[in-house]
Amino acid sequence: MCNLSKRYGRIRAVDDVSFTVRPGQVTGFLGPNGAGKSTTMRMMLGLDRPSAGRVLIDGVRYPEQGTPLRRVGALLEARSAHPGRSAYHHLLWLAQSNGIGRSRVAEVLTLVGLASVARRRVGGFSLGMVQRLGIAAALLGDPPVLLFDEPVNGLDPEGIRWIRELMRGLAAQGRTVFVSSHLMSEMALTADHLVVIGRGRLLADTGMREFVEANSGSTVRIRTPEPDRLRAVLVAAGVRVEAAPDGTLLAYDSEVARVGELIAANRLTVHEVGVQRASLEEAFMRLTASAVHHRAESDPRDGGNAVGDLDRPGDGDSVGGSGRPAGGARR
Amino acid sequence: MAAGDPARGGAGTTGTAGLGAVLRAELTKIRTVRSTVWTLLPTFVVGVGISLLAGLSFASQSPDQQKGFDPLFPAFYGLTLGQLPLVVFGALVMAGEYSSGTIRATLVAVPRRGRCYAGKVLATALFASAVALPTVLVGFLAAQAALGRYGVGLGAEGALPALLGGYLHLVLLCLLALGVAAMLRSPVRSLAVLLPVFFLGSQGLGNVPGVRTVTQYLPDQTSWVLLHLAGSQDEARWARDYGPWTGLGLLVLWTAASLLGGYLVLRRRDA
Repeated sequence: MCNLSKRYGRIRAVDDVSFTVRPGQVTGFLGPNGAGKSTTMRMMLGLDRPSAGRVLIDGVRYPEQGTPLRRVGALLEARSAHPGRSAYHHLLWLAQSNGIGRSRVAEVLTLVGLASVARRRVGGFSLGMVQRLGIAAALLGDPPVLLFDEPVNGLDPEGIRWIRELMRGLAAQGRTVFVSSHLMSEMALTADHLVVIGRGRLLADTGMREFVEANSGSTVRIRTPEPDRLRAVLVAAGVRVEAAPDGTLLAYDSEVARVGELIAANRLTVHEVGVQRASLEEAFMRLTASAVHHRAESDPRDGGNAVGDLDRPGDGDSVGGSGRPAGGARR
Repeated sequence: MAAGDPARGGAGTTGTAGLGAVLRAELTKIRTVRSTVWTLLPTFVVGVGISLLAGLSFASQSPDQQKGFDPLFPAFYGLTLGQLPLVVFGALVMAGEYSSGTIRATLVAVPRRGRCYAGKVLATALFASAVALPTVLVGFLAAQAALGRYGVGLGAEGALPALLGGYLHLVLLCLLALGVAAMLRSPVRSLAVLLPVFFLGSQGLGNVPGVRTVTQYLPDQTSWVLLHLAGSQDEARWARDYGPWTGLGLLVLWTAASLLGGYLVLRRRDA
């Protein structure tokens, strides 16, 4: 993906974003609601035209893929099956359009657990069933590249675990799996690599572990019979310290080795020293918060760079459902 | 997951999804939404029914009133109402894609929008044909049977051209509606534009002399000369400014313009 941009009038929904997604791993596409994730995925599929830049899949733009469903499988965020049509017939016409055999329809219906309701109309489906149907459609052409936009939406815990294992399994087979989410906790369990956007801009493109380490300091938890002395020692060394409700001390943003040296040098007694890794959620909050903060600070009165949310202005049919992020800039 | 080397691209051969595949998919789409298919039935029922009634009413008139009467008139009179469900069908096939969100799945499956549109137009034309042909033929036969001794056969002068014209009239109007729906992208908006045009032209203003100089060019009006619905063209008060085939040609132009407009919108807009 090169220098991808999308504007709606003066609103820059996606602003000069470039990254590469590699096969054999799950790449998480993260951002708060309204960050430009769905718009980016729609441009990847040729549904929306980029204002600038392009997306190549195996070196070819999506519309030029001969039988696209066999190259790229996609689950879109918004509903895309006619409520009056049965699940089976929805998949049947999709299969016919790309010359995929009828037997494959039954296969994917079984795979996603919808075989027993295949002849029922989609209009009567629960959100979770609609989501499973969307996943069946994505898998229909057995494609090497898969795009999932917010796949866990509407799924129950059992369904969430199922899609997580499915995505990991697809990546393990050597496929390229690109999955968007605004839930960090979900990505922590699924993704190997992270692409983070906020306000239409690329914020990070990195491995999962590197991302956490780069965006968070670790916290050291110490249980000690002499908390007051320890606190004094740590504060004197410039470490921010807090007492946890259970009586332990928390030393923020510091390495365990450094805390250990301070303890030894001052001959303190400790009963327990542990490291708390910051969660991905915290790392993400820091990253996007700084982006939002930066925006808010530089938000000029003339509004020249102001970026609104991604819901497309003036398009009542839009079902993006992306909310305006907190602290949104004025248009 | 099913078999397949993922790097190769999965389910069997590669190649392109040709127009044939797209047409098959579009036929399946129309066939599998019951409410859309049901809109086709009234065209036949209303078209044939009204032609039959028109035939009966002419047959029961006094000989005086029957003088100079055209036996082909009642044969096609039913189409003036029978065409409306077909217009609704054409609009729903296209606009339903937008109201249901299916358009996204459609364009992901067939990202080449010209091919996608061509498949939809062809599939709609096939369904419209499947209804138009029996409607026109049975309507003609029913009206002639109802006319009794005044009825004519298929060999009567002007009958075959009129039958062909009736068939084309229905199919073209259906496609015209599809084009309008592709431009407006909503069932409500499309029908709000289409139905007044077809009601006003046929059932309303069409008979007012001054207004007719304009309404005679409305898309559902131009075939009327060919269909023997416009009154005797030898009489000045009925005569139109174009002949039967020119009239049909005008409808072809209307339809082509509508389909082209729909294509341009589909090609340009984000889905």
